[in-house]
Amino acid sequence: MSLKIKKNTPLIDQHDNNFMYGGKFGGNFIPETLKKPIDDLTKLFARLRKDKKFLRERDHYFTSYVGAPTPFIKLENLSDNLGGAQIYAKVVSEANGGAHKIYNATVHCLIAKKAGKKYVVGDTGAGYAGKMLSMAAKKFGLKCKIFMGAKDITRQRPNVEAIRKNGATIVPVTTGSQTLVDAVSECMRYWVSNCDTTHMCVGSTVGPNIFIKICAWSTAQISRELIKQVFEEFGKIPKNLKLINCVGGGSSAAGFWNEFMDTHAEFIGVEAGGPKNSKLHAAPLTNGSKIGILHGAAQYVIQDKEGQIGSTESISAGLDYPGISPLHCFLKDTKRAKYTSASDEDALKAYQLVSKLENISPSLEPSHAFAEAIRIAPKLKSSEVIIVNSCGDSLKDKDIIKQKLGYYTR
Amino acid sequence: MKSKIALTFDKCKKAKRPALITYTVAGDNTKNNSLKILNKISKHADILELGFPHNTPIADGGQIQGSSHRALKNGIKLKDVFQIVKKFKKNNPSKPIILMGYFNLIYQNGEDSFLKSCKSSGVDGIIIVDLPYPENKIFANKCKKKSINFIQLLSPTTSKERMKKIVKDSHDMIYYISMLSTTGGKLKVSPKKILKNYNIIKRVNPRKNLVIGFGITDKSISALKSADGLVVGSMLCKTITNSLKMRQNPVTNLDKVVYSLKRKII
Repeated sequence: MSLKIKKNTPLIDQHDNNFMYGGKFGGNFIPETLKKPIDDLTKLFARLRKDKKFLRERDHYFTSYVGAPTPFIKLENLSDNLGGAQIYAKVVSEANGGAHKIYNATVHCLIAKKAGKKYVVGDTGAGYAGKMLSMAAKKFGLKCKIFMGAKDITRQRPNVEAIRKNGATIVPVTTGSQTLVDAVSECMRYWVSNCDTTHMCVGSTVGPNIFIKICAWSTAQISRELIKQVFEEFGKIPKNLKLINCVGGGSSAAGFWNEFMDTHAEFIGVEAGGPKNSKLHAAPLTNGSKIGILHGAAQYVIQDKEGQIGSTESISAGLDYPGISPLHCFLKDTKRAKYTSASDEDALKAYQLVSKLENISPSLEPSHAFAEAIRIAPKLKSSEVIIVNSCGDSLKDKDIIKQKLGYYTR
Repeated sequence: MKSKIALTFDKCKKAKRPALITYTVAGDNTKNNSLKILNKISKHADILELGFPHNTPIADGGQIQGSSHRALKNGIKLKDVFQIVKKFKKNNPSKPIILMGYFNLIYQNGEDSFLKSCKSSGVDGIIIVDLPYPENKIFANKCKKKSINFIQLLSPTTSKERMKKIVKDSHDMIYYISMLSTTGGKLKVSPKKILKNYNIIKRVNPRKNLVIGFGITDKSISALKSADGLVVGSMLCKTITNSLKMRQNPVTNLDKVVYSLKRKII
């Protein structure tokens, strides 16, 4: 039986009674202790998303605090330089804080307030999810704790400083690979012990079903803005339109594609292929990883035969995760989206070219998406349109870029 | 025919004491030692829980994480876990052994193949940390068909309504998680409060064997001895960690600890 996407139904709602997409992705593989907090949150969110007052509140903060809409610009120099398709960028990095993580963080803090919680905890890899959660927590008067892998604390210093400046506590995670996967585990473990007083924000479209839903519902703001901007620019959705987005957990891609789900727009997700000379990667979809359970959800995940979660490697901390959102597993199996990967080297080169030619400076995560755009644009006709989600700003990567390229200018 | 787990609870009830249930990780600190540990502590313990380690545990505290890490570093595989059980059972056929772990290992192994190995090695029960009710119904039924106990968990957050359903669907043993915590957390609730919740569950069906676990050490165990059973895990993992640190034999040290735990509840 081949899987199909339902039309006129939000992607996040296309699960069965067990919260599984396509009968095999997602679900709630959680300890008994978390059953009730997750049920409570599921009910609260189901009510809030239908509550006009709450939606007005969300829209208010998205406009006045996040700074919606973020720009939609043509990358003329890049398009001319490559020849072929017309390349555009949705510059989501212009949102308050410098990345798409602000949408999820803002919504989670609004929900935490409604739930009467005073504390909020979250995981972070690149540091943007942590930075934004600490920002939003400060804005809405919540106490905030961020779990971050010790390796990521070292390599994403600017965001670490931002988190501290916002008054949040950073908990360094020193277990396992000391990256995002361990940060998410540790954050969940903390929540198991503190779920009576504390709201948990999972930083991407991963984890138990409700966190996937809240996150994708929040980042959908990106495509709500974009579809309007596309109509303003072209008068219609161009006949050949490719929406290219990097995927780690998959939150920005889910939001970037959401409103285009029932249209003919093509979706391309770009995973982190890791260093060219390494066997390690963070690309479970591209490399045919098997379905397994990670952080409470069934998904394609890098693992060994036994089911131990595998090691990953990527220059980009935000994509350095062995799993991938169940939503993207579903989009892959229904063939609604295509997935590929870009190597560390290709991402760096893409960063270099884009920041040289254009007035934007994508972080290493969207640089993976730009790498794919740069690869395919010359092969396409000038009537074809590529839009890349430039979902994060490079400032957090200045140390890595300086080390790899010898310079960093912003 | 009554299961070995049920018979063990009957025996303990006759002796007017709770069943002492231990938790150690298969392969900690070596495959051989973990078998030796089981052989030794089974003199004092009534039921043995044996963890099959996972490297991304979402509900374990530091001590059990450490044990799992050691075991995995030693290259422990599921087939070794079954070997350990089989060898143990050869000398101790009536002592119940319960495997405990995360669902992904079973999922990758295949549910049916996993249960087949359980059966042939002599596993009496299974606890899966991240397969809650009602998602566990199908697997629990498969266990029942093989006469293997599927052990349901209850926690302080479990609602009364849900509790009734879980108790009704449970087999010979139910596990009550004492507090909101990962394994091995500091006992942050008084034994009195824990027993109050315990009694609420007991009233749903007094005939069900209900055990308490999480955070129980030699300090708190005697205050909880009115329960049907008590699980000690992290304290044992910690004993192994400390023994290795001090270059002592973890097997003999664990034997002493389990013996003293037993003394506190008889």
